[in-house]
Amino acid sequence: MVRVRLPFPLRKLAQVGAEVELEVEGQVTQMSVLDALEARYPVLCGTIRDHETKQRRAYLRFFACEEDLSHKSPDEPLPAEVMSGKEPFYIVAAIAGG
Amino acid sequence: MSKVRVLVGTRKGAFILTSDGKRENWQVNGPIFAGWEMYHLAGSPVDPDRIYASQSSGWFGQIIQRSNDGGQTWETPGGEKMPDPSGPPGGLSNKFVYDTSSQTGKPLTTHQWYDGSQRTWEFKRVWHLEPSLTDPDIVYAGVEDAALFCTKDGAKSWHELSGLRGHVSGPKWQPGAGGMCLHTILLDPKNPKRIFIAISAAGSFRTDDGGETWKPINRGLNSEYIPDPDAEVGHCVHRIAFHPSKPEVLFMQKHWDVMRSDNAGELWTEISGNLPSDFGFVVDVHAHEPETIYVIPIKSDAEHYPPDGKLRVYRSRTGGNEWEPLTSGLPQSHCYVNVLRDAMAVDSLDSCGIYFGTTGGQVYCSADAGDNWNAIVRDLPAVLSVEVQTIP
Repeated sequence: MVRVRLPFPLRKLAQVGAEVELEVEGQVTQMSVLDALEARYPVLCGTIRDHETKQRRAYLRFFACEEDLSHKSPDEPLPAEVMSGKEPFYIVAAIAGG
Repeated sequence: MSKVRVLVGTRKGAFILTSDGKRENWQVNGPIFAGWEMYHLAGSPVDPDRIYASQSSGWFGQIIQRSNDGGQTWETPGGEKMPDPSGPPGGLSNKFVYDTSSQTGKPLTTHQWYDGSQRTWEFKRVWHLEPSLTDPDIVYAGVEDAALFCTKDGAKSWHELSGLRGHVSGPKWQPGAGGMCLHTILLDPKNPKRIFIAISAAGSFRTDDGGETWKPINRGLNSEYIPDPDAEVGHCVHRIAFHPSKPEVLFMQKHWDVMRSDNAGELWTEISGNLPSDFGFVVDVHAHEPETIYVIPIKSDAEHYPPDGKLRVYRSRTGGNEWEPLTSGLPQSHCYVNVLRDAMAVDSLDSCGIYFGTTGGQVYCSADAGDNWNAIVRDLPAVLSVEVQTIP
């Protein structure tokens, strides 16, 4: 089971808590985790990555195990701690100031 | 007794204001979708309890919401949890993808950027929703980068009417400071095949065949801020409006100049007359008097607040040129708010109500066609849009 932590606005949109648990089929990568997330919560389609290109939205980043994974290949396997559910996969929104 | 429901979109959520026909006492519901930019909410003329809302965010993109009970509860029409993983993909109500098919979208892949270079079209947000006059499941959406989309299934999915963006002038369209937005959609009640739209900064366009083909309707416009002041496209049209009984008569608030056309946009003439500033964003028409129109003059180019710090609505009962200031109940000193292009509306009660919202968070109502004004609310987030439903 893969754990995914969502930024606050997406929790409200998907009507879930801070963290969701997902069954991910096959290799656990950014792509497969986000595929599983969007399949479970279709309202999140387009809010994290582009519908067509699958490119990450500009003000979002991905982290796990205190490492920035945002610029890694979406098809690269995620850390073992994420695969095992020991650590969550973080979707982090840029801080809004002003 | 009839009642009115005012749909207010703001930078940080939506609000629904309701009152009976007297329009004296108001119930305020909101914020709905708190924290999100609510560019526009619009109710179906066929089924007033069917309301569509454009919810967007620089972080998370575009969401479309729908209510079937007058705004009490909401759903994302294409965002239901999928019952079957092998079924169709969900989230389609949020999906606005430009048509690039070889049959329709191929001719146009770029538009002009601020620096004159060509740039690929990129969807950013829905500015305006225009429900069909006859079918609550059909809605048109004006988006940034400028394009027209349509849903025929109650916003579960959207497709582009790409004949507009595919017009030969498309590569010359360019964004204004607020982005290259398609912000106005007028559906002709007498001719279901005719639609008017307006884009900043391309101008106005009309289709007479239900959206297959489009023609620019900008002849007579003169914009000193572009290299060719009377060009076919490139004009920064802020808003157009008509009275439903006379859809061939159009009124326009342009970046500068208030204009009218008596032939469905074939030719425009200036009607700014004695306005203190002919810059502004909104223009609207009295519900029962097709030659009574309203604008709110704004100082520009850089200031974008009312001249002399006085918030004044100007009314012309002669279809333009002769304007009278309406000030009763509006601040006449130290007022430096703006009124954005989608933030004025009228109701259709016997005594026509006029409404507008400001970037300072006030929503004003006049229950007597503009003679006297009251603030329904004063401290909302910056108002992006105001629509009014008259409920029998």
